[in-house]
Amino acid sequence: MKRVFLPLWAYRYFILSSIKTEFRSRFARSKLGGLWMVLHPLALVLIYALILSQIMTAKLPEVATQYAYPVYILSGIVGWMLFSEILGRSLTVFIDNGNLLKKMSFPKLALPLIIIGSGLVNFLLLFITMFVVFGFLGHLPFHMLHWIPLLVLITLGLAAGIGLFFGVLNVFMRDIGQVMNIALQFWFWLTPIVYMASIVPEKHHWLLMLNPMTGVTMGFQHVLLYDKAPDASLLVYPSVFAIVSLSLAMVIFKKASEEMADVL
Amino acid sequence: MSNVLEVKNVSKSFKDYRSESQRILSWFGLKSKPIQEHQILKHINLSLSPGEAVGLVGQNGAGKSTLLKIITGTLKPSQGSVHIAGRISAILELGMGFHPDLTGRQNVYHSAGLMGFTQAQIDAVIDELEAFAEIGEYFDQPVRTYSSGMQMRVAFGVVTAYRPEILIVDEALSVGDAYFQHKSLNRIREFQEQGTTLLLVSHDRASIQAICDRAILLEKGAVIKDGNPEEVMDFYNALIAEKENSTVTQTVKEDGKVETVSGTNEATVEEIGLYNTKGEMVEFVGVGDALELRIKVKIHQDIESLVLGYGIKDRLGQVMYGTNTWHTKQVIESPVAGNVYEFIASFPANLGPGSYSIQTALTDQDTHLTKNYEWRDLTLVFNVVNSSKQVFAGSVWLDQKIEVKHVS
Repeated sequence: MKRVFLPLWAYRYFILSSIKTEFRSRFARSKLGGLWMVLHPLALVLIYALILSQIMTAKLPEVATQYAYPVYILSGIVGWMLFSEILGRSLTVFIDNGNLLKKMSFPKLALPLIIIGSGLVNFLLLFITMFVVFGFLGHLPFHMLHWIPLLVLITLGLAAGIGLFFGVLNVFMRDIGQVMNIALQFWFWLTPIVYMASIVPEKHHWLLMLNPMTGVTMGFQHVLLYDKAPDASLLVYPSVFAIVSLSLAMVIFKKASEEMADVL
Repeated sequence: MSNVLEVKNVSKSFKDYRSESQRILSWFGLKSKPIQEHQILKHINLSLSPGEAVGLVGQNGAGKSTLLKIITGTLKPSQGSVHIAGRISAILELGMGFHPDLTGRQNVYHSAGLMGFTQAQIDAVIDELEAFAEIGEYFDQPVRTYSSGMQMRVAFGVVTAYRPEILIVDEALSVGDAYFQHKSLNRIREFQEQGTTLLLVSHDRASIQAICDRAILLEKGAVIKDGNPEEVMDFYNALIAEKENSTVTQTVKEDGKVETVSGTNEATVEEIGLYNTKGEMVEFVGVGDALELRIKVKIHQDIESLVLGYGIKDRLGQVMYGTNTWHTKQVIESPVAGNVYEFIASFPANLGPGSYSIQTALTDQDTHLTKNYEWRDLTLVFNVVNSSKQVFAGSVWLDQKIEVKHVS
């Protein structure tokens, strides 16, 4: 463990400056520059909030506002965006940086940390924008926000664990990345983000509960929509899943890291 | 002094499996034999001591880059081990990780981070680095507006911001303009004086012989020569001309120098001698003396054409002068087996004092790369002494005059 993480500490400046560089180069040469960092999530939030609130006006039980449905989707999607961004980018992190890995000697695990860092920044921006829009809709769920860091941590663990496990294999078998990208789309619809878990027939419920993102997503919805603490029992399975997948990812990474540069 | 780099019995092979899933199974101890193994490096042993300058030469595909990657740590050896005492820096990755939209300054921080430096460490040298690169206000402009030479200047500055224990220099060095080449070479020499070990990868004989005090020749993944740069470069030169039925032999002469002979032996040099105007064979000649180089060549097999070339090399192996009978339009057409020819080249010894050697080549054309009947390095050694001219420096004698006028 020490051999893996100590070099990463020495590379903390590189990790930070890579995250900065990523945002800088994304918005370089554009007039609005950093403003785009806010405009992108704002557009996303507005689409869900305004359009869906007009089309789908169905009220949800226990929620007073008429914007219940858009708020429901937004609370679920903010966690999902973090999950899918980090998972998707972890799948190709070693391939995308192949040139660097072949030419420079540095701790390879710095690369996924850069992805996690920039994913967190994106999450934060989306989260804040969403809250501002919530304010305009008259919905201010402030009471249980201290649960958010834990929910984010579990999401990160799941995304990085699953993403890196398949990301390492993807270096050797490139079809895995393609398969996972398709799987990710199905996964979205297997998670109660757009629909509510209660509409799923009882006999298929186990399928929903097998999905580690279900508990986390419901946690986000509890905090952001119902202003309640998440159901802790629903978070046990995702946490265990995250720890196991992260450990598996580390095992396979260690086995593969010697041969990785050979095939890149 | 202990070694700064120790490469012990390193082998590297790339494995091909029937399917990649078998490779993955092999990590977990499950038996799956690769269907093919390309062995790139075979039992390489190498140790470098501090302050040494070592040239690494070899033909394309000999395994130079693989060896460098193993030394820098991007590739892991399949067998054996590499020990490094200190930091290693490589100029072959110049400009690696530069972002076109960041300014030079931002890129310096970023790529120095990639090398493991902290922000504070770069803060300490950034001003010096900016001055070293000499690209003026461009330093704060995006890198995409740079010329490749300017990018090289900044990149070189980053790589050499701090003195590494081992510095690997690739051909990349020849990118910059002449001024910056001198400047960067100076910095490399300074590092070497302070104890940095240099590993120079080049095909350029002149730069290897000028900078290095040792050379290593890689061929087909193995170290086949390790020693004095001149000797190794002669061997390398013979090797690139090696064809079927061709032989390369090196023999140690009385003075400890190594004579390299290679070729297919259809024609060979039988006798060679350096004579003065009185027809006496000489070994010590005065600056400016008229000389005759007499070479007897015997034909062993009928060949299409014969060209004799000769060159005079200084003690570092740099060619001072060289020509051949192709350039002088004296090609011998269709020589027959058994014929003997004598070539007499006459020239004044307009050379600086020192030791020189003669190399000869028997070929069919301008170069020895089409047919190489015989190539001999260090066939003859002679010394130039300055007994009659005023003292001068350098390896060329120019019959110059200085006029001094009192103007005011």
